[in-house]
This record gives sequence, structure tokens and C-alpha cells, in this order.
Amino acid sequence: MSMRGKRLAYRLTTQACLLLMSVLLTGCAGAQSVLDPAGPQADRISKIWWLFFYVSAAVLLLVIIFMLLAVHRGRVREKGAGDVPEVDEKRGSAPDANLERRMTNTVTGATIITVIILLVLTIASFSIGRSLSSSMSEKDAVTIEVTGQQWWWQVRYMDANPGNIFYTANEIHVPVGQPVTLKLNSTDVIHSFWVPNLVGKKDLVPGHDATIWFEADRPGLFRGQCAEYCGLQHAHMAFWVVAETPEKYQAWVAQQRQSAQEPSTDAERRGQQVFLSAPCIMCHTIQGTPAGATIGPNLTHVASRITLAAGTLPNTRGHLSGWVVDPQAIKPGNRMPPNSLNPDDLQALLDYLQSLK
Amino acid sequence: MLPARRIIIGLCAGVLMLSLAACEREKRDFRQAPPSVTVNTISQSDLHPGSNMPAIPPTENPDERNAYAVSEGKRLYDAYNCSGCHFHGGGGIGPPLMDDQWVYGGDPANIFSTIVEGRPNGMPSFRGKINDAQVWELAAFVRSMSGQVRKDVAPARDDHMYAKPSEQSTKQEQPKESFVPKSAELPR
Repeated sequence: MSMRGKRLAYRLTTQACLLLMSVLLTGCAGAQSVLDPAGPQADRISKIWWLFFYVSAAVLLLVIIFMLLAVHRGRVREKGAGDVPEVDEKRGSAPDANLERRMTNTVTGATIITVIILLVLTIASFSIGRSLSSSMSEKDAVTIEVTGQQWWWQVRYMDANPGNIFYTANEIHVPVGQPVTLKLNSTDVIHSFWVPNLVGKKDLVPGHDATIWFEADRPGLFRGQCAEYCGLQHAHMAFWVVAETPEKYQAWVAQQRQSAQEPSTDAERRGQQVFLSAPCIMCHTIQGTPAGATIGPNLTHVASRITLAAGTLPNTRGHLSGWVVDPQAIKPGNRMPPNSLNPDDLQALLDYLQSLK
Repeated sequence: MLPARRIIIGLCAGVLMLSLAACEREKRDFRQAPPSVTVNTISQSDLHPGSNMPAIPPTENPDERNAYAVSEGKRLYDAYNCSGCHFHGGGGIGPPLMDDQWVYGGDPANIFSTIVEGRPNGMPSFRGKINDAQVWELAAFVRSMSGQVRKDVAPARDDHMYAKPSEQSTKQEQPKESFVPKSAELPR
């Protein structure tokens, strides 16, 4: 290859690398990213992420530079010396004592620097890890119990007054600027709570209460995801955190505390009857009706949620219908059995479920 | 090729083919045919307490050969609150399920209809509430409680604290028809 050809290839490679890196960086912003923090905890986590990134990048760069230097020097020596010094088969080649001392010093220095860097990073990681939990303030905190189940999240808003406790699923609303304490537990296997923009990860271990706290400092929608492999539908075990202004949050809480809306049209009334006489009633609760089972998600305000089936489907009538009739096609292995309803009953049921704002 | 080597290869292939049959044990059939709509019709009088049992020839429940189905049955047994009356097999409010006594028959089809139709004196009818596939899973688990299913299929452990050995280590009872529940027997 000619000199010009080499230079052109080199320039093209550099540009392709830069392009690839900038494309990758766009993945860093968004609703599920550690690098787009929306709270003080996540801020600290992202800072330590960048510290690790810069230190590791500098080390990598230095290593590459020294490696290239070594290659270059080797080539220069080869050209200058013309031939390789004879090596005695038995004794090996005796290196220059001066050169050997220099090499020993370099290796020792590099090792010491590596140890210092690792030590600093360990201490930084440890102290930030501690600061995430030690500054936990129970005062004025919103307390929420999150129970991981295969494969969805049960969310229970606690209150000193038992009448004000309410359930929801796969969606956590939090007020901006107020600490939130999460009590985590699991009913079956180990799950892990992770909202990259806010907090995490923390494992949900069956029979063991874990506590974690966070605060959101700006309104927004943040996606969370189970971060511990928990079975067939682990990938479809997501949830959304809705950070909103305290006024909006209070309005949401007041609405969620209500019993389910009474059916107002004939279709909705028939839908309620279908719900109560079909297998739905074996697993789900609709507060204010005889349905009170706690195996599946609480559906008292199902129509107010953003998604269905733990972040798998947008909450629309079509998706809801598909989910009711054939959930195993959408999320194979999940715990919801198929339901075959005649078309009129199904439409009435959908009317009813969609009225549960 | 030497005939001896050919025989060995043939034997190995045969053994491999045979071991494939074991895969059925864990086969997970998530998308079973949805239950038919007509199942929900109301039967007027299929209940025959006492000795007038509807004669059901011995039936076979494919779920009894599938470990996943039996473990699903075990999960549903608690989820649908069967344990609320029958406890974990020892009985209490309802009759025990781990012994050799069957008031309404111990055949898979008998158990299926006991769950779907209900029985007098307390057993509710789950018609239209539990789909057929899940009832068969429950029926398979119920029979595993008295050791009626294969050892390698019966659940070997429990998810919660449990007072009795697992279904896998339950010895097989010899079912007999008893038309009077033990709890209703007259003192002698």
C-alpha cells in the first residue's frame, strides 16, 4: 500500500471510530440511563461513573502510548543495529545492567501507580456507596412497599392511617423534592430494583426486608427494570416511576385512595358482571366490588396506568383485549391464564376495565 | 467399518434417542388451547352423593407425566386457596387429600369434576372460575399428594415452611373408595 493510501485508511478508521462513539453516546440520555441523573443519589452514582470512566480512559491511553513507543523504538533499533546480537543457548543473553535497572524501576513505578489508582477508586466507590444509604432520612418520607413477583411489581403506599393505604402495580408516583423510602421484598425468587435515573440497584430477597431511599429533583418519567435474572419473563419485568410536582402527586394519591368507579353505562355494568363471574375474580382485586384476590395486580384504577403487563404493552383497548384473551402469546410463561369470552362479554369487560380511572 | 463398531454406534444412538423421551418431563406448554366457551353451561344435577356415583372409566391425565404441570398445580393449590380447607393434604375443614380415602373417587376425571362441579357439604363449584387446563394441573397435584404420580414428576421441595415431606417422598397410598368421610363416621 502506498503512503497516501495508508494515510487515507488511517483517517477513515479514525472518523468511523468517532462516529461510532458519538452514536453510542446518544444512548446515555433518556428515561433509563445512569448518565442522566434526576436525583441526588443518581447524581453521585453518575459522578463516580465518570470518575471511573476518565481514570480508566487515561490509563488505557497511557498504556497504548507506551506500547506504540515500545514498538517504534524496537523498529528504530532493528534498523540501526542491522543484526540481532548472538544469544548464547546455554546462558541466555546477558542484558545490559543499566538497562535492566531502568526496566525494573519502570515496572515497580507502574505497579505502585496501579495500586494507588485502584485504592483511590475503591475508597471512592465505598464512600459513595455508604453515602447513598447513610443519609437516609425517614422524616417526611413517602413510604412505599415494593414487592417483586414473577413477573411484575406490586406497589403499596403506606400511611399511618390504615384506611389510606392503597395498592397499585408497575407504576410508582413520587413527589419532586421529597425523600421516598422504599421497603423491598419478594414473594418468590430474588429480583432487583433498578431505576437508573434515580436509584439502584437493590435486591429484593424473599423473606428479607431491604430498604432503599431516593429523591427526584425534577419531574419526569423514568423507566425501571428488574436487574436480577428471575425467570422466563425477567426481560418483561419493568415499571415506570412518575416524578411529579407535589400538587399533582397529592391529586394522584387522593384519586388512588378512592374505591373503584361504579359502572355508569349498561355495557360497563355488564362488564362488571363478566369480571365477577369469569376467572378474573380468582386473582385480581377491584376495591369496592366482591373481587378481592391478591394473586395478580390490583385493578382498582387500572385505566389510569401507563402500561399493561409490567411495562410490556401500552395501556390501550386493543392491547388490553389481547392481554385478557391470550396473555401467553404476549408474555409466554406468565401467570395469567387465557380467557375465552364471547365477543359481547369481552367488549363489555373492556368497557368496564377502561372506566376504572 | 467393523460390524462391532457399527453396533456400538447404533447402541449409542439408540440410548440418545431414548433419553430424548425424558425431555417431556419438563415440557412447558404455555399456550394451551383456550378453554371452550361451552364449558360454562350449568349442569342441573350431576351430583350423586352416596353410592350412586356416575361410573367413570379409569382416565389418564397427561399432566401427571409433566413436572412443570404438577408444580403449577402446587402453586395454584395455594393461590386458589384449596389449602384454606384441605390444608396441605392433612385436611381440616375439608377432607384430607394425602390418604387413601376418596369420597368422590380418586380417578383424575373424578377429581376434575369434584373441582368443577363442587360437592355437597362445602366443596364449592369452580365452574367458569378456573379454566380446564389449570383444573387438570390441580388434579395432577392433588393425586401427587398421596403419591399417585411418578416420583420424578412429583414436586421435590416446597417454597415455604412445610410440616410434611414433599410429594416426591410421599409413599404411594392404595386408593379405596370410601363413601363416608372419616369425619362423618359414627362412633363404634
